Amino acid sequence: MTANQLMIDVSGVEKAFTLHNQGGASFGVLDNASLQVQAGECVVLHGQSGAGKSTFLKALYANYSVDGGEIRLRDGEQMVEITSALPRRIIALRRQALGYVSQFLRVIPRVSTLEVVMQPLLDLGVDAALCEAKAKHLLQRLNVPERLWSLAPGTFSGGEQQRVNIARGFIVDYPILLLDEPTASLDAANRKVVVELIREAKDRGAAIVGIFHDEDVREAVADRLVDIKAI
Amino acid sequence: MNTVVDLLTSASEWQDIAPLLSVRELNKFYAPGKGCGDINFDLYPGEVLGIVGESGSGKSTLLSCLSARLTPDSGNVIYNSEQFGEMDLYACEESMRRVLMRSEWGIVHQHARDGLRMNVSAGANIGERLMAVGERHYGDIRAKAEEWLTAVEIDTGRIDDRPSQFSGGMQQRLQIARNLVTHPKLVFMDEPTGGLDVSVQAKLLDLLRNLVSRLGLSVIIVTHDLAVARLLAHRLMVMRRGEVVETGLTDQVLDDPQHPYTQLLVSSILQN
Repeated sequence: MTANQLMIDVSGVEKAFTLHNQGGASFGVLDNASLQVQAGECVVLHGQSGAGKSTFLKALYANYSVDGGEIRLRDGEQMVEITSALPRRIIALRRQALGYVSQFLRVIPRVSTLEVVMQPLLDLGVDAALCEAKAKHLLQRLNVPERLWSLAPGTFSGGEQQRVNIARGFIVDYPILLLDEPTASLDAANRKVVVELIREAKDRGAAIVGIFHDEDVREAVADRLVDIKAI
Repeated sequence: MNTVVDLLTSASEWQDIAPLLSVRELNKFYAPGKGCGDINFDLYPGEVLGIVGESGSGKSTLLSCLSARLTPDSGNVIYNSEQFGEMDLYACEESMRRVLMRSEWGIVHQHARDGLRMNVSAGANIGERLMAVGERHYGDIRAKAEEWLTAVEIDTGRIDDRPSQFSGGMQQRLQIARNLVTHPKLVFMDEPTGGLDVSVQAKLLDLLRNLVSRLGLSVIIVTHDLAVARLLAHRLMVMRRGEVVETGLTDQVLDDPQHPYTQLLVSSILQN
């Protein structure tokens, strides 16, 4: 990755939700949304609750479909237009180039914390010992007690699960990172760790789009604040 | 490194890979609205396709047509075979289909007793598949059987017991071992966790998830359980009254369903 390389190119995105089983109610959320993000840049979305910040982020991850417009994300030399890409292309893109961290961990029964964190890096074919070392390092930095590492995170507290999720999201050096309130219920010390992780990701050239409610985190990481209603 | 990774990481070459299975204009109806119709899709190597929908929506009929067990009324199922090359499943000879079923394919039935031989030992159930593909050395067969019992978390001390002496969950795991021992390329699964209690389901799901990714299997899995689909499938086909009403990336279909029926299906799940 080189500086000023275009990583995310969103143009004219439209998104409405239609609830067919609730009288067909329909409401528009994104109207002609456009945004460009370069390598090494962190864009923070703001706007009122319900304004469409999360919807926009989910559309960037292809978790939500869109009704119009284009979303191009860089995968190596290619820009992949994800609104028309095949599922297997999106899965490949997510695996190697596109990370997403939400405030919720989707746990798989029986799988230990360490394995949950290691998995995305293992899936890239990286040596297991290396994955384990990196996972342990991240869990340590995020103050997840070592006695929890061999346990499945299903029974952990909300904050612990969230930190496991952050470790999982940062274990691969994704060129593009989407952060949906990853610091939502963390204490000040852990918020600081997340800020460090985001800065390190920026330094290695990652393009980041995030939503943060804590003003201190926002101030610390944002290169640009963007109002979701204005894009 | 496993096969899935090999196939998916080469960003520039991924589009050159040929589909493993291509389905075109497939129709099979027992009566109007009963069966499945107008089915078109491609399955690529290493892909896990989930077919979801309510009971009677045509999921199992479709799976039977895809796995050469039920002749469709019309349409083509083209399979890219290691041994035979590209072949039309219902235009080829019966003997070729039988060879596929015991070598390149696996079929995991909802009821383990439909996929196992209940009156021979667990070891023989696994060994039989190996012998069908030409393995003859008794010691090797037994060693492989033990290896696979371990892989599906069955104590190797039970190798000489019959499946009828196993619990439902163990029978299901034995059925999976029997299918995977010949390293199939394509596995069909019909409600593999149906009828098992929740704790046994979780264990089986975790096992399946690991095996599928480690072996780089292509899988078509029929399930009415959306949590199973989310955990295992890369992409989904939603069926209703014999027709496909929505397809796409698994998390997109489940988190942002577009069709009224899919919305109803997703909103009907109890949250805890």
